[in-house]
Amino acid sequence: MLTIDRLSLQLPFYASWWRRDWTTCIEAFSLPFSAGEVHAVVGASGAGKSLLAYAIMGLLPPAARLTGQLFYQDQPLDDARQRQLRGRELALIPQSLNALDPLVRIHRQVAWAAQRAGHPSTIAQHSARQALDHYQLDARAQQAFAHELSGGMARRVLTAMAHVSQAQLIIADEPTVGLDPLQRNRVLAALRTLADQGKSVILITHDLRHALPIADQVTIMRDGKQVETASASAFQGTGSALTDAYSQALWLALPDNNFSPDVIRAQEQTPKEANIA
Amino acid sequence: MDVRLITLLIAKRLLRLTLVLLCVALVSFGLMMASPIDPIDAYLGPQMAQVSPEQRTLIAQRWGFDEPPAVQFGHWLRQLVSGDLGWSHVYNQPVSEVIGQRFQRSIALLGGAWLLSALLGFGLGLVAGAKEGSALDRVISTYAYITASTPAFWLAILAVLLFSVTLGWTPTCCAGPTGTLSQEVTLATRLHHLILPVTTLALLGVANITLHTRTRMLELMRSDVATHAFAQGASRMEVAWRHGLRHASLPAITLAFASLGELFGGSILIEQVFAYPGLGQATVAAGLRSDIPLLLGIALFTALFVSVGNTIADTLYGIIDPRIKAGEP
Amino acid sequence: MSQVKPLHYQSTRLPAQPRLMAILNLSIAALLVVGLVTSQWLLGDLPQQMQFDARLVPPSSHHWLGTDALGRELWARTLAGLGLSFWVGSLAAMLSTLIALSLAALATLSRRLDTLVSLLIDTLLSVPHLILLMLIAFALGGGTQAVIIAVAVTHWPSLARVLRAELLQLRQAHYVRISRALGKSRWFVLQAHLLPHLLPHCLVGALLLFPHAILHEAALTFLGFGLSPSQPAIGVLLADAMRYLSGGYWWLGVFPGLGLLLMVLGFERLASHLRRAL
Repeated sequence: MLTIDRLSLQLPFYASWWRRDWTTCIEAFSLPFSAGEVHAVVGASGAGKSLLAYAIMGLLPPAARLTGQLFYQDQPLDDARQRQLRGRELALIPQSLNALDPLVRIHRQVAWAAQRAGHPSTIAQHSARQALDHYQLDARAQQAFAHELSGGMARRVLTAMAHVSQAQLIIADEPTVGLDPLQRNRVLAALRTLADQGKSVILITHDLRHALPIADQVTIMRDGKQVETASASAFQGTGSALTDAYSQALWLALPDNNFSPDVIRAQEQTPKEANIA
Repeated sequence: MDVRLITLLIAKRLLRLTLVLLCVALVSFGLMMASPIDPIDAYLGPQMAQVSPEQRTLIAQRWGFDEPPAVQFGHWLRQLVSGDLGWSHVYNQPVSEVIGQRFQRSIALLGGAWLLSALLGFGLGLVAGAKEGSALDRVISTYAYITASTPAFWLAILAVLLFSVTLGWTPTCCAGPTGTLSQEVTLATRLHHLILPVTTLALLGVANITLHTRTRMLELMRSDVATHAFAQGASRMEVAWRHGLRHASLPAITLAFASLGELFGGSILIEQVFAYPGLGQATVAAGLRSDIPLLLGIALFTALFVSVGNTIADTLYGIIDPRIKAGEP
Repeated sequence: MSQVKPLHYQSTRLPAQPRLMAILNLSIAALLVVGLVTSQWLLGDLPQQMQFDARLVPPSSHHWLGTDALGRELWARTLAGLGLSFWVGSLAAMLSTLIALSLAALATLSRRLDTLVSLLIDTLLSVPHLILLMLIAFALGGGTQAVIIAVAVTHWPSLARVLRAELLQLRQAHYVRISRALGKSRWFVLQAHLLPHLLPHCLVGALLLFPHAILHEAALTFLGFGLSPSQPAIGVLLADAMRYLSGGYWWLGVFPGLGLLLMVLGFERLASHLRRAL
């Protein structure tokens, strides 16, 4: 669905009072994302994951220096096409809960998202309500302001906003941060459902543990470079199926990793998690 | 938020307001007492030389000038509460009448300039902030920065030079043609005399609100809310219209109420240049000719005017902003 | 990734180079200041020199900005006026900063003092600046000193608020508390930890006050409550010009104000650049 071809991103900064320098945030990144899959992009903070999301959406600051190419459904995805597809074909579930406007009621914000996706205003009202109902947000929550919602509810509102647009490619940026296990699983399950509907979901997270149960593919990022892309099933046992030392180390560093091949399966079966880091 | 909480909030503000006004009375009375200008000389004016020392003591006794300051203050405060602000020797009228008449004329100037500057400033700030870095933004920002540094009276002088002296479009002076009674002046003439002062005062007030609104808009445009909206395919103008309007309007209204003092200060200067017979001009006359009761009365009156504005500004947030509503227990 | 934090990706534009601009502004301001300060000596008594054969002459190559009704050179008077404004403004701004600093420190000592200071701030803010200035100038009997004190006494509240908040925050800072716990004296804490933090705020605060101080001095003088009419202050020049407006002697009204505008604008920009750079 989306193909990234040798994408590099540089951002300017001021090395001293008058010298402008460029720092490389993403380097020669190439990756295909297919429909119907959850593709997890995992890396420590500062690895360039969020910037990757912004590069795909075309939301980088104008000063950013971008090379390489993006293809969406085999057509080059340039500035103009990004502008056209944003909110319609491409959706972003942002990392920060501050992305909800504190002065606008939830239902209205979701309706705006629907309008921006091209729905006429009366239909947008309706589909907003439907989307919010779908994510189990009751009438009271729909009429609430953002600060009146819990973290989990706010996450689901953001997911509903991506859902209402009927976008085919959904990028979820750290959707599980700050959620308790129950809420986290709900949000992750919602993403899995979106993928099962034939959409392509890019799950950006720093936490390999939470990504594995729902991901089909996992890409490990480090310092803006792509370390390894493997299927989720490669992350088991001693990690011998992984080719790169960093991803192996990342895998082995997990606190619940007791070298048993059943760890992930077990984790998937019991909603109550053994480890709350 | 329920009505009881709002009432409580307003009651608290009103109490504070009263306290502040009392302080203003104390401070301005103290300043008057500290003045080296002899109140008896000031009262007598040019007749000073015709009065014997015995008569002076009589005057001092009559007006209580010989009593200690604290007693005088108590006396003045008691009069104040009963509504008597004293006698203005410059206008030979009770102070309350002078203030009433003058304020009626000033309110047209103040109100017009206030509305105009708030609306214009907000609009300009919104546009500039939404289109940050564009040519339009640069023009608006430059204009705002320059007017923020412009001396009010100089702008008024320039306006008189250009529109009244050179072009002859507007009259140079006063609230109506000289020599006619104020009752005979038509509304059109009044407006004709008002238009230049109002515009000048408004142009000066615009800068503040424009820059403030623009800053708010820039904050919003860089916030997560805007990024999220852009990710949904919104254009800059749409974000400005839907999110920006909400985020910037409350601060702008607040600022408009909070800047009444500055507006009034500007009106003193403008009235002086245009010889507009309003409260500002009376203030200058009272100060220059040592009309202490009038000066005190005006200080208190404007303090009331300004602190009511400040109180409204403070209270608005508590009542309107949904985030604060929930924050109250 | 590099140690230097790149610009936040959410900002849609690059910030200008604030520090570089600040340096540039600083050097321009330094030149200006040197010019203004020395103008008093360079000009000598030129601002007061009358030329009886050249009264009310429009600007020309001979008389750069024209002359006034007594044949005095307007350019010299304007420059001298700006110099005066600079002196009055900077003294008032410094004094005001001092008041703000001491009251902010006082407010952090106890709750009762804090309420008292905040009541004082509210009181001062509720009277229009210009009226308060007139009252104080009136109480002090007018003149240069009165103007300086009046401007200083009316301009400190906003800075005091900033400094008070800063102090309250600092007092809670761990390193300050540890320092106290280690038995360091109040004075040591003040000069080793608190002052270095507050000084930049004070400097920027004073610089931000300065343009306002100048504008208010000129306004006060214009209304007749400030500097004496015998001094070539900008307010005096413009009040003089008022009498000749209808005669078409435009230069008298235009140039002194323009000079003041440029000076205020320059310092205003400098202050805001410095604030962003710090």
